[in-house]
Amino acid sequence: MKFIHYSLQFARDLASLLDRWSFTHYCLQFVRGLWSLLVGMKTTLRIFFRRKTTECYPENRKTLTMFDRFCGELILVHNEHNEHKCIACGICEMNCPNGTIRVVSEKVTDPEGKTTRVLQRYEYDLGSCMFCRLCTKTCPHGALAFAPTFEHAVFTRSKLVHQLNREGSKLEKKQKE
Amino acid sequence: MFDFKVVTNWIDNLLNGFLPPAWATFIEFVLIGVCILVAYAVIALALIYVERKVCAFFQCRLGPNRVGPFGLMQSVADMFKMLIKEIIDIRHIDKFLFNLAPYVVIAASVLAFGCIPFGKGLHILDFNIGIFFLIAVSSIGVVGILLAGWSSNNKYSLIGAMRSGAQMISYELSIGLSILTIVIFAGSMQLSTIVESQADGWFLFRGHVPAFIAFVIYLVAGTAETNRGPFDLPEADSELTAGYHTEYSGMHFGFFYLAEYLNLFIVAAVAATLFLGGWMPLHIPGWADFNQIMDYIPSPLWFIAKTAVMIFVMMWFKWTFPRLRIDQLLRLEWKYLLPINLLNLLLMAIIVVFKWHF
Repeated sequence: MKFIHYSLQFARDLASLLDRWSFTHYCLQFVRGLWSLLVGMKTTLRIFFRRKTTECYPENRKTLTMFDRFCGELILVHNEHNEHKCIACGICEMNCPNGTIRVVSEKVTDPEGKTTRVLQRYEYDLGSCMFCRLCTKTCPHGALAFAPTFEHAVFTRSKLVHQLNREGSKLEKKQKE
Repeated sequence: MFDFKVVTNWIDNLLNGFLPPAWATFIEFVLIGVCILVAYAVIALALIYVERKVCAFFQCRLGPNRVGPFGLMQSVADMFKMLIKEIIDIRHIDKFLFNLAPYVVIAASVLAFGCIPFGKGLHILDFNIGIFFLIAVSSIGVVGILLAGWSSNNKYSLIGAMRSGAQMISYELSIGLSILTIVIFAGSMQLSTIVESQADGWFLFRGHVPAFIAFVIYLVAGTAETNRGPFDLPEADSELTAGYHTEYSGMHFGFFYLAEYLNLFIVAAVAATLFLGGWMPLHIPGWADFNQIMDYIPSPLWFIAKTAVMIFVMMWFKWTFPRLRIDQLLRLEWKYLLPINLLNLLLMAIIVVFKWHF
């Protein structure tokens, strides 16, 4: 009984083997292979005539626009009245993995006796920034953003340290409803 | 159609006018040698530039565009870099064979280069077994590659060289048989006769199905013969660093590089000569005016245009298909191309015997 079973199994295997190596299979495989090669050639030829993605940088300097997600340098967003939203909480400074940000603030007491922290200088070292966006993500007031500028080459490292708050700028007052 | 024999005969007469025949012949040899070598270098440089541009376009890039207008001077600059680079001494190599190998490769391709008819009367080596000679000398190149791999004392080089040997010897069969199909059709092995007999219709059109099949097989086998992608196993940058020329530096590497591109040119030129009529203009029987206009285009221009199309097709292959494995490569040759080729040869013989062609 077992012998018959095995011999049947063997015959079936042999049949499938013959089928796999049969002439039709051989021809079919050849035609299919040729067809897939032709499809590939059609695809590459289409790409050959497609508009190229390379930017010729110094030539197209006037018209080059960077995409939105590009991180050029950190900026403190100022509105038209020279006001920013930074409350000098220092969260960005704490979150910065490289110690790129230094927030210098002072305590100011207003006439009503309320003490607040006021931003004096927001220092940012472009040379050690790794553009991880942790500062802009964690800023509770959305005061920070990345500008898409990228021509930052200077001759000394000290020139890479920028002060981000503009001269004479102050905190934007919240709109009262 | 301008016959360049006028120019060559004029030079011949001029030299024979004031020199003894032996000296005149010698000077002609030197002149032809200089012409071949200059053409060799210029074509190789042009091809390197074209290859980089075509590759870039297939990858949606622009390619070299900084040195000179459109980067045209890029490959010239690369050549100067290659010329002034040091040839590094490598320890534990077979010095003689190592230094000999690039010259064997380059000599093979220069010899094959000399057989090509560039235009009407622009033909250096033309004798009754021209195409046979061409196949024979172009396969000397594999000796150089094997020598390079063997003498480098480097396992990757050796693997690359052995692969190259297996590949080139296998594909030589297909090249030979597909060329033989055309030789049967043309009834001659002389390249000039083959070109002349295509005056009223290229073999690709006149030879029916077998000529077309032979053309496709020739292109596939020719790509393999030049060690170009998808058959670039002997070099296989990603597995064998650079295969047989890993250890070479400076101009020795440059020779391999030049020979590779020139082999591409030679394969394309032979394809153009055998199937697309070489320097023959496109003639359509019955259209006398059209044929007249086509005759005004000089013959070397026809030759170069046809060769350029063939080169583009082979570059298209290279930048489209992924590299084959060695067993796939040999299976393609022995199980597909060779049987098809033999049947094709038979078919062509039948067609020629019963005169079914145009």
